[in-house]
Amino acid sequence: MATILDAKGLNKSFGAVTAAKDIHVAVEADSIVGLIGSNGAGKTTFINMVTGYLKPDTGSIVFNGRDITALRPRNITRLGICRSFQIPQLFNSMTVGENLLVGVGIVAGTGGGWAAAGATASSPAAVVDTMLDRFGLGHVRDRQAGLLPEGTRKLLDIAMAMVVQPRILLLDEPTSGVSADEKFTLMDMVMAAVRESRVTVLFVEHDMEIVERYTQRILAFYEGRIIADGVPSHVLADPEVRRYVIGEHVPAAEGTAGHA
Amino acid sequence: MKFDRTCIAIVGLAVVLLIAGPLLPAWAVSLANVSLCLGTVVLGMMLLMRTGLVSFGHGLYYCLGAYAAGTLENLVKVSDIALMVLAGAAVTAVVSGLLGLLLSRYREIFFAMLSLAFSMILYGLLVKSAALGSTDGFNISAKTLAGFAVDGDSRRVVLYSIAVIVTLGSALLLHLYLSSHRGRLAGAIRDNELRVEYMGASVRATIHVNYVISAVLAGIGGALMAVNIGHIDPEMAYWPQSGEFVFVAILSGTGSVFAPLAGALVFETIRSFAYEYSPNTWQMVLGITMLLVILFLPGGLWSIFKRRKAG
Repeated sequence: MATILDAKGLNKSFGAVTAAKDIHVAVEADSIVGLIGSNGAGKTTFINMVTGYLKPDTGSIVFNGRDITALRPRNITRLGICRSFQIPQLFNSMTVGENLLVGVGIVAGTGGGWAAAGATASSPAAVVDTMLDRFGLGHVRDRQAGLLPEGTRKLLDIAMAMVVQPRILLLDEPTSGVSADEKFTLMDMVMAAVRESRVTVLFVEHDMEIVERYTQRILAFYEGRIIADGVPSHVLADPEVRRYVIGEHVPAAEGTAGHA
Repeated sequence: MKFDRTCIAIVGLAVVLLIAGPLLPAWAVSLANVSLCLGTVVLGMMLLMRTGLVSFGHGLYYCLGAYAAGTLENLVKVSDIALMVLAGAAVTAVVSGLLGLLLSRYREIFFAMLSLAFSMILYGLLVKSAALGSTDGFNISAKTLAGFAVDGDSRRVVLYSIAVIVTLGSALLLHLYLSSHRGRLAGAIRDNELRVEYMGASVRATIHVNYVISAVLAGIGGALMAVNIGHIDPEMAYWPQSGEFVFVAILSGTGSVFAPLAGALVFETIRSFAYEYSPNTWQMVLGITMLLVILFLPGGLWSIFKRRKAG
């Protein structure tokens, strides 16, 4: 498969704190990649750099053959990289349907290459209906977004990222704040929608069950570096990942051997 | 954009007001006239408030619109009402287009105070400009409309009819804009600028466009008021005038384009009667009115209709 996102030599520091250190990541199109690591490991910094919220101190990010390192978030979105947020970012005074309609309107108004024909061919209301069905939000269409329970807010946040028809979707802890009963339902719904639209997904997650079940590849972060990169079975068995990410007690010798 | 029930209601209201004009007593026509001019300015304030911004300096554009209309007549000797109103709109579009480049970077109190600062700069310039009448301002007559003389007994009704067409036409266009994809971004920006940017739209560009539209409406309102009153002075840019626009916008609410029109009429009616029957304390009457609205109708007068609809 072709590489859709290529991050080379990303470094980012905040004063004395190193949030990203020589990050090299190439992501293949249509793949689902999990980003794991303890708090402050550099996962969200990586997502923030890819989506333009932060500029790397050094290094470059290439999306679909185009250097996006210096672009603003909205320009990166227009090219086809969208994100959801750890704390859902909604239009709280609007209804669920109106939240999605704003996104449809932006796609229709911009109309460039990022707006695939599917979005502009249908009427805005039809696109909203499709998204509501796809994410199981039809029953709350006319409810005010600010009054929804957290799980539904998370779903709407992801639906809002999907409504602008991304090629890459970055999800920042999609199941945080969601009850144990709901998290698999939420992820099943998201993954079904993603598969239908053939979107490449990178998602940050602390829940290893979720990561193991839904990803084809895992990037493990520790102190701004990627300490393991590979298929879930391999990465989750890595002694350094077990010690620094999962928090298991691993004998030093095993950890060193694993790292070597 | 689509022609919905609100559009039909606006057109219907315009027709009713135009028919009623010649039948109304002179005082009612004058009251409606001033209310319509004020309503046009407050329509622009409503758009800004929907975008999450409050301007304490829209007197700038109100005054610029009036002076553009007046200057066209006094210096260029063009006294056609339509051209004078158009001049008011054009000048405010240019000035707000330039100032909007700076103002669209600011939010909340910084936006409010910076807009106030610009209006006070204009006030200061006009007060010192002897050619424009300094603190006294100057009179305008606005003698024609599309070549036809506007004078005599019919002048009041003609000016009223122009105000009805311009104000309700502005309300119609604003409603269509707010119903469009770009117009819908106003509420989205008020709620969450970060998300708007991450959906691919430019917050600053949208605020800039909304600011210009709002300023043009203020300019049109100012030009209309100047034509109606027949006099212009720098007080139109002074801060209490801008405060009055904010007052009426809060009194009205932002729920519909009808709100500023209704709010302006209520405001002018209360002011007229308070001034008539309580000339020394009319400001107190307005203050108490605002207090009651904030306490019992925090969404403005328009929320009465919204509650009825919800009920």
